[in-house]
Parts: sequence; structure tokens; C-alpha cells
Amino acid sequence: MSILGTRVLRVEDPKFLTTGGVYVDDLRDPRLEGAAYVTYVRSVVAHAKVTVDTSGAADTPGVLAVVTMDDLREVEPPPLALPYLPPAMRRPWLADGVVRYVGEPVAAIVTESRYDGEDAAELVGVDYEPLPVVVDPHASATNEVLLFPDAPSNTALAFELGEPEGLLDDCEVVVRQQIVNQRVAPAPLEVRGSACVWTDDGRLLFWGSTQSPHGARDTLAKALSLEPDQVHFIAPDVGGGFGAKFDVSVEDMLLAVLAKRLSRPMRWTETRTENLLSMGHGRAQIQTVAMGGRRDGKVEAYSLHVLQDAGAYPHFGAVLPIMTQTMATGVYAIEKVAVRTNSVVTNTSSVVAYRGAGRPEATAAVERMIDMFAAEIGMDPAEVRRKNLLPPDAFPVTTPAGAVYDSGEYEKALQAVLDAAGYAELRTEQQKRRDAGDHPLLGIGLSTYVEITAGPEAGQEFARINVRPDGSAVVYTGTSPHGQGHATSFAMLASEELGIPVERIEVVHGDTDLVARGGGTGGSRSLQLGGAAVHQGAIEAVDQARELAAELFEASPADVTLDKSRGGFHVAGSPDEVRSWGEVATSADAEHGLIVDTDFKAKGATFPFGAHLAVVEVDVDTGKVRLVRMVTVDDAGPVINPVIVEGQRHGGIAQGAAQALFEEVRYDDDGNPQTTNLADYGFPSAAELPDFELVDMATPSPMNPLGVKGIGEAGTIGATPAVQNAVVDALAHLGVRHVDMPTTSERVWRAINDAKKGSDR
Amino acid sequence: MKVTVKVNGEQREADVEPRRLLVHLLRDDFGLTATNIGCDTTSCGACTVLVDGESVKSCTMLAASAEGREVTTLEGLAASGEWHPVQDAFRDKHGLQCGFCTPGMVMAAVSLLRENPKPSAEDVRSGLEGNLCRCTGYHNIVAAVLQASSGQAQ
Amino acid sequence: MIPAPFDYVRAATPDDALAALGEHGDEAKLLAGGQSLLPLMKLRLAVPTVVVDLTGIDELSYVRDEGDSLAIGALTRHHDVATNDVVRREVPMLAHVAGLVGDPQVRHRGTVGGSVAHADPSADLPTALLALGASYVVRGQQGKRTVSADDFSTGFLETVLEPDELLVEVQVPKAAAWGYEKFTRRAIDWATVAAATVRRADGSVAVALANMGPTVLRAAAVEQAVASGSGAAEASALADEGTEPGSDVTASADYRRHLARVLTSRALAACLSGDRD
Repeated sequence: MSILGTRVLRVEDPKFLTTGGVYVDDLRDPRLEGAAYVTYVRSVVAHAKVTVDTSGAADTPGVLAVVTMDDLREVEPPPLALPYLPPAMRRPWLADGVVRYVGEPVAAIVTESRYDGEDAAELVGVDYEPLPVVVDPHASATNEVLLFPDAPSNTALAFELGEPEGLLDDCEVVVRQQIVNQRVAPAPLEVRGSACVWTDDGRLLFWGSTQSPHGARDTLAKALSLEPDQVHFIAPDVGGGFGAKFDVSVEDMLLAVLAKRLSRPMRWTETRTENLLSMGHGRAQIQTVAMGGRRDGKVEAYSLHVLQDAGAYPHFGAVLPIMTQTMATGVYAIEKVAVRTNSVVTNTSSVVAYRGAGRPEATAAVERMIDMFAAEIGMDPAEVRRKNLLPPDAFPVTTPAGAVYDSGEYEKALQAVLDAAGYAELRTEQQKRRDAGDHPLLGIGLSTYVEITAGPEAGQEFARINVRPDGSAVVYTGTSPHGQGHATSFAMLASEELGIPVERIEVVHGDTDLVARGGGTGGSRSLQLGGAAVHQGAIEAVDQARELAAELFEASPADVTLDKSRGGFHVAGSPDEVRSWGEVATSADAEHGLIVDTDFKAKGATFPFGAHLAVVEVDVDTGKVRLVRMVTVDDAGPVINPVIVEGQRHGGIAQGAAQALFEEVRYDDDGNPQTTNLADYGFPSAAELPDFELVDMATPSPMNPLGVKGIGEAGTIGATPAVQNAVVDALAHLGVRHVDMPTTSERVWRAINDAKKGSDR
Repeated sequence: MKVTVKVNGEQREADVEPRRLLVHLLRDDFGLTATNIGCDTTSCGACTVLVDGESVKSCTMLAASAEGREVTTLEGLAASGEWHPVQDAFRDKHGLQCGFCTPGMVMAAVSLLRENPKPSAEDVRSGLEGNLCRCTGYHNIVAAVLQASSGQAQ
Repeated sequence: MIPAPFDYVRAATPDDALAALGEHGDEAKLLAGGQSLLPLMKLRLAVPTVVVDLTGIDELSYVRDEGDSLAIGALTRHHDVATNDVVRREVPMLAHVAGLVGDPQVRHRGTVGGSVAHADPSADLPTALLALGASYVVRGQQGKRTVSADDFSTGFLETVLEPDELLVEVQVPKAAAWGYEKFTRRAIDWATVAAATVRRADGSVAVALANMGPTVLRAAAVEQAVASGSGAAEASALADEGTEPGSDVTASADYRRHLARVLTSRALAACLSGDRD
């Protein structure tokens, strides 16, 4: 019986549940003995010329060094976050005479102890000469105040698709809305942190809380003008990343410079306040959207303008509108499409990748507009979706945005959630409450989505399969799990082909000296690329082992079979004479066993899809929204381990719902952040969320031999618009047609009041 | 100043500044790094330990205030060698992903079940209001605590 | 985040604490459960040079039934108030509200006296105690005095307590009919607004509000309206009269005013119908 698709409990868990994980700040590695601590002094003003007086801190006991940009002139500036961002908007090591957001590091203090650093930080004098602050992306787009004098405008990047002019002219019905996809905080429970030491061989040993150790190694090498192999990067246990820990940050990298200068190991762990100020944020789009079509429910044209707030120093966020553009039309067959995007800098923290990264924004816009279109023509939103979904026989589909959707059963997914949720009964109950004037109000929200994973280009990933002389195996992967359970699911994949039990397969990741190359974990790439590489490597290992066994048997490889149930090889027809994996591996190399390196190349990106249904209750007097049900189909192809896939879905749904209901990073007009800790930032607990009802569906992808797609981001993509739509739906009979996220009680209360005023007029 | 605390059944002593937080005493002085720090504002619960058997956020307690008290961290939960039912249930129900909130979440759940051995799902949700998790969406954490309370593994 | 350095005094008795306060005066901060003070110290919004740790003073943790009222030691923890049989029977509102403070971990450390003395206008217990007509017993260098909850808080995080005084006891008149409505974004949050209503032994109805100004406050206009015969809906329309709510990341002042009316209406309805006991 195949192990694939079975509920194997995670092999990672015993450690986490007894001694706890070993995150960067937990490292007690002897090579870090005598490490000094780095503390950053951060700007408290959003835009200003700064002069820094370090004298007060420098003479304090326990302080080893206070470093400003003036001390770093001879060091090459850090590389751009992405190569195609404007060099004139490059982030310096430390503020170079100008600060551009609250939280920007202006000085680095090196101290003997953690406690000394916080004390000394208070003694650094920073003089601010205010400059005009640009917080609103609309204001930035006017270019009246340029944040970077050497850049011709505030635009970091812009994309376009189609021609918006006249796009909707022939449509019978047109709905328009400005939608704010608000700025949110990735907020992994483990904040950023790193530790490093220059070892005696002249190499840099660097531990970082990252999703992509190899990428981080390369960035670090580039920043320090080293060859990649001069950097040994280790990602220890990582306490969540959610896109924001892809690569390595400037604050991390400066440790290496300081470690060299002071000839000491360095450690840094930010505080949660620093994390919310300076790790970067997600989303932050202002979307101007129009949808046109016929009264019979057919959508014909869709126009999307994205004003992307890139924050102060352009990062991933500046680029993500291309993903929004790629997925603009979602699951729908819409003929005429135009997209314009403009990523502009503002005096706020940089916008980075956050779970979904550009795709949730696309889905949120089109799903909100479909509901608005349905409301406009008086048709059930499920019915409008049905009328416009791409049909199953259309795949592969090339969309107007140029994406090639691999496979999909969109209507089946929609029907499955409607059935599981009891859609008709919910609508009846809603009407009953409305008719009777009963409270709380009931709202039902839908979203049908498709996203892109392991794209946009066809991806690849490395794996090594090593069957050791004792018959156990080690799988090396270039992915870098931080909660996704690769140690379990990749062992299952290897076990399936090798016939070696999961308990005897170790998975190694996150160490650039142990794993030759890798793309890390992000963009829901890991299983379909890294898992497929393990699968491919295991098959290659079996092939090689059969040849080795053939030599031992003095038989032809074609006659040698692997008996997976016994974990050994035999010649066809002579099942009693078995050569174990250990024997065969030993014959390859008595010390190391059999080693197979492989690189899997996917045929293309994959397009997971699904449907979410949210049920909310709204207290009409206070505006308070309570999410009471979430029913979802998230189809990412065949499931290797349902335990892990369900966990990914749950987490994504919660984060998606959290964006719809609670979370928003806020700045005031002067660029002062209002949500600098978890007391102010609306990160929900168990008490705010319901159980999630998952419906299973598995439509294979032709892009990899496992048929799998990415599941990591599905929840954040599907859930957010379903919940937002449910809130609006609850209020629809009161005349409300849109509520921006987060749909806080005050926003809902105001929307009800505004609708009342509107109907009074 | 000298602080003496019984940690996971063992009398431990350290010489610390008065401002030393209990969580730093555990992590940096005693090397018990399971207990994590996730925020600055007593919000996230990652640092939850038991003090005299009750859940407490160790980032919001001075080491000095723990003088003479009994502190239990995740490392001490299975001191007898047997896993606590909450540990078993978190594994069975996949109540953890990245593991960072887990030590605090487990200790909060242990305390919750001591005070309310047969909680409803709603009791569990409101009882864990002081512990944040970014990975699991809480679904499996709630299921795990309910399983632990039912006293039967699955 | 770490507090700035301070000197530490461990008090084993109220006398110890008073002696330390006598010596250090307003340089010193009293540390009870620390669930409000320590976060402020970590953010360095509070920077005392001396911390007097009260957590070892066992004699100030008690609940005594004194006939018409309960006497609760200032260092009685929220958890102990919430689960105490006498409190649950005699002043059920107080047990209920103590169970709403913060989260379980905070309730295992935080104390009634600490919450009262911290005087946060969004705090639950001071709001409930104000509606209940509680009195606070304060010990100073020269002896004891008793301050009515009405007179206790003088401004945002400010009280009538002198730097060398110690809150030792909370006296709570018994009350059977009550209502408490706490509105929060998330369960763990401080009240965006809360309304407490109590029918006192003399038959009068008291209404107190959280987070509608720099201190917890009485909704006097509502109380008068109820006294002159208005029902819950009518009286609660006056809930925000004379209040000065602030705007912050969770709510605007306007919305707080609206919430005050809605929550007061609900809390009053519960209190007037007496359907809680």
C-alpha cells in the first residue's frame, strides 16, 4: 500500500514538544562563544535630514562600538532587494544623512550584553531636520515631493496590460469601486534574528532566520564582495516567515561587517516593536476597479488600476503588482482586460512579500467586483460566478494576462462548498432574519479563486538521495521548511520509491555547506519542486541501485527488482535471494553509500484553485462582525500528507480572515506608525476565529510527476474576499455595497450610517 | 542580586540584575531555551510558563519575583519521561507548525486544563486568548486541547 | 525589551512597603502583579529608580464577608476574585468582571489593588468597582484613610494616592442586580468602551463607563434619568453626556460615544430586569 496520501504524523514534532525548537536566539553553538550584541538605533521621524551624535553612547560601559553610515563608507552598499529595482532607491547600510521611515536604522550599537544595548541606544543623540512627509500613495504618485533626489520620480516600477481606454464602453452594466487592500504585518511569531562569526579559514559562518538559506548566502556574499562558497549559511529552526523572511535583510547583513571589524561573533534579535516597524509589510494596494457586462450575468470587461505602496525602499512589494496583473481575471473567462500598475515609494516601511504576495490582491479585487456586479443586476453571486467560470474542458487556458492555467475544475469546487455549507438553507435563514428584523444579521460570502504557485517561470529544485551503508537514507533538499513539515512529507516521498521506512529517512535542509543548492521555501513552491526532486532522485537512486544489485547478483539490471515491502533487491523469479539496501549502498561506496544528486525542472507554474464560503454575524447596533463559519475547497492536486495540507489550509484561512476582519498597519499623516506592538496590531487569537470546515478535492497538474500544486498560500487568497463579501452581504439589504478591509466594527457602523443617510436623501 | 527558584523540580540559583525578566533568567541564565519571546507587550504568550502550577507570561514577571517559587517550563513537562497528554495531543492533532508559539501554547493549555478539566471548544478558545499562533489558524490547537481533556489518544 | 535599571526592594509586609515608600517617595513604584507596570517599564514609558515588590505580601490577599460588603485584600489576584465562592455568591458582577481582565496568564498575576491603583480608564475592575460604589482603604505613614471610588482617580493613570501611600483593601458593597458590557476588538484587548450598571442596596442605579475619558467615570445623566423613571433605551441615550472619549487605533471618539450608548442600554436592561443574579 502506498504511504502517499496517508496521515503520517510529523517526525519533527517530538523535539518541538519536549525541548523546543532551536531558533537563532536559542543557539548555544561554541563558535558563538563571546558574541557581542547588536542593537539598532532607529529613526522616530518619517522623513528628515539626520545628524547622529554617538558620543554619549560610545563612552558607556559595556559598549564596544557605535557605528553610523560615516563608518561604513568604504563598504560597498548592500545589493538591491531585486536586480531590476531602481539603483537610485537603494537602501543604505544605515541612514545616510536622510531617514525615510520611522524605524529606519540610523546607528548600530555593539555591546557586551543584550541589556547594555538597549540602555546605550537611549544615549545616541539623533538630530532631525524635518522634510515633507509622503504617506499617501496618491500624493507620492503626483511626484510633488521626491523621496529620492536622484530618481526622476517616485515610481519604482510600473506594468501595463491591455488598453483601458474605452474598455467598458459597450457594456450594458458597469460597476466601479476603489478598493483598499490594506497594509498588513507578516508578524511571524519569531522576529528577525541572526548570528555570525568569521571562522579561522576566512569564511563567514552565518545563522539567519530565513526561508531561503542559499539565496541569503548569495545575497550576503554579494554584499560582502565574497564568493558564495566563502559564506556558510545556516537556517536553524525558523519561527515562521510568511514571505517576509525570504532572503536576508540589511540589518542581518551588517552583522557580518561588524563581526569582521570587531573580530568577534555577533548576535542580533530584534524586538517585536522593531519587527512591526522595520521587517516590512504586505499588500498595501489601492485598486481602482471597474467591471462591465450584461444583465444576464455575463461579465465582458475588467479594468484594474493598482497603486502599490512600495514603502520607503523598494523591495519585493514593488514588484508584486506583476503577480496581481497576472492573476487579474482569476477564475473567470473575461474577454477584455486592462491593467495598469504603479509602485510608488512613501515614507513608510518597505512592502515585502507576504503569504500570497500579489495574488490575494488580485483575487480580492475581482471577487469583490463580481459580488458588486451581482448586486447591481440582482442576481445571486453564486450564479454570476457559475456563468463566468472557465469550464473544465478549456484547460490548459491562456488568459488575457498571458498566464497558462494548467488544470482546473472551478464549478465543481464552487458547487462543493455550496453543498457543504448548505447554501440554500443559509440564504433562507438570512431572509428569515431580515424579514423578522432579527439580530444578529447573517452574511454569506463567496470567493472562487485561482492562484499561481512556483512561478511565474518554470521552477527547479535540487535533491540528493543518500542511501547509507546501514540501509537508512538521508534526503537533502534545497527547500527550507519552517513549519511546513518537509522532514515528514519528503521522507514519505522517498520512502514510497525506496521502500525504506520513513523512520529510517532523515531530511536535511537549511545548511548551504550540506546542501549544494536550493531555492528555499516560498511562493508555495516546495512540494511541487523540492518534493518532485526528491521523487525524481529516489527513482534515479533505485535505478542505480538495481544496476549495483545486478553486479552483485551477476544478473542483468533489467531482471533486478526492488521489493519495497522488504526493502531489498532480488532477481526476477528468485525472490528468496535478497540484497538489502544496505548491501547495495555499501557496494556503491563502503563509507558513504549510494549518493544521487538530481535537479528537477518543472514544466511550468501551477495554478491551485478553490472556493471559500464565509458566514458572518453582524451586530447591527455596534457593527461588530463575528466570523462563524468558513467552508473551503482548496484544490492543490493530489495530497501527499493530509495532516500537513490541512494545517497549511487552516493557517492560511486564519490569516486571510484576519486581513478581512482585524489587521491593518496604520500610519498617521506624519508617517508615525500607530500599530507598533501586538497590543495595537489586530493579530487575532483562537477566541476570534471559528473551526474551519474543509472539503477535499484533488485535480492533478500536468506540470510535475506528482501532479501536485502549492497549498501554502491558498487560504490567504481564498478566505479574505469570502469574509469581506460576507460582511457586505450581511448589510446589503441596508443599502451597503462596499466596506473596505479590515471590516472593523467602526467601519461597519459607519457604512450602515452612510447607507441610511443615502436612502434618506 | 541572588535569586533562587525551583525550576522543573530542581533548585537553581543565579546572580542577576533586579530588572532581569523571568524569561531571560530561564533562557540565558539557566539555558532553558524552549520558552520563547514573541512580543514586548504581554500579548503573544510565547513565553508562558507555569509558576506554582499556573500559567504566567514570563516576560512580564521579574526574576526577583520568582524567588522561592516553583517554575515549570516545557522542558520540565515530561520530566517523568512520560509525555503530558497535552504534548501527545498536540502531536496527534498537528497542533503546531513552526513550533515557536508551541512551548507557551502547551503550557497555557496545561494550566487551562488544570482549572477546567472538561472545557468546551469555546472555553478552549477563550482560555487561549493570551496565546498567539501565526501558523495553525488555531483549529488543530483547539482540537488538541479537547483531545487532551478527553483523556484519550486517537 | 528590558526595563531601565532600578533598585529593588522586596516587601514581606505592608509595613515593609510603607517603610520603603517613606524612604524613596516618588522615586519608587509599587510592583503588585506587574501586568500593567512591567510592560510600561519594558517600553521605558515608566522608568522608576526603585521598585518595591509587593508580590510576597501574602497578608493582603483575602476575601472577607463583612455583612453588607466584601473586603478584598489589595493583592488578591484577578483569578482568585473570579473564582472565589464568596465573591461569586455575594457580588457576582465582580467575579464576572475579574474574569474578563486581560487573559488567564494576566489574571494569574494581576491584582485588584494593582488595577485600581494603576487607574487606567479602560480597565474593567475600576469600572465595575465604581458602579458598585466601592471604597478603597489606603495606608500611609500616619495611618489609614478610606477613599470612595468616586474620588479615587484624578486623571489618566493618576489617583489621590500619595507617593508614600499603599492601597491595602477594596471594600465592595453587595449588589445583586447588575449588567456589564465590555466591547473589544479581540478578547485580549482592553475595553474599547465598557459599561457597568448596578442596582445598589438603596435601590438607586449606578452606571460607570470605561474608556470614555481620562478616568473611569459615572454616567450621571443616565443615572438621573433612571432615577426619574426612564427606561433603559431612553436613559442610555444620555450615556456619552459629559464624557471626553479619545480617538485611537481601535476607535474614534464618535464611535466610542455611540458604543457608550449601546453598551449602557444593554447593561441597563440586564440590571433593570434583574435577570442576572
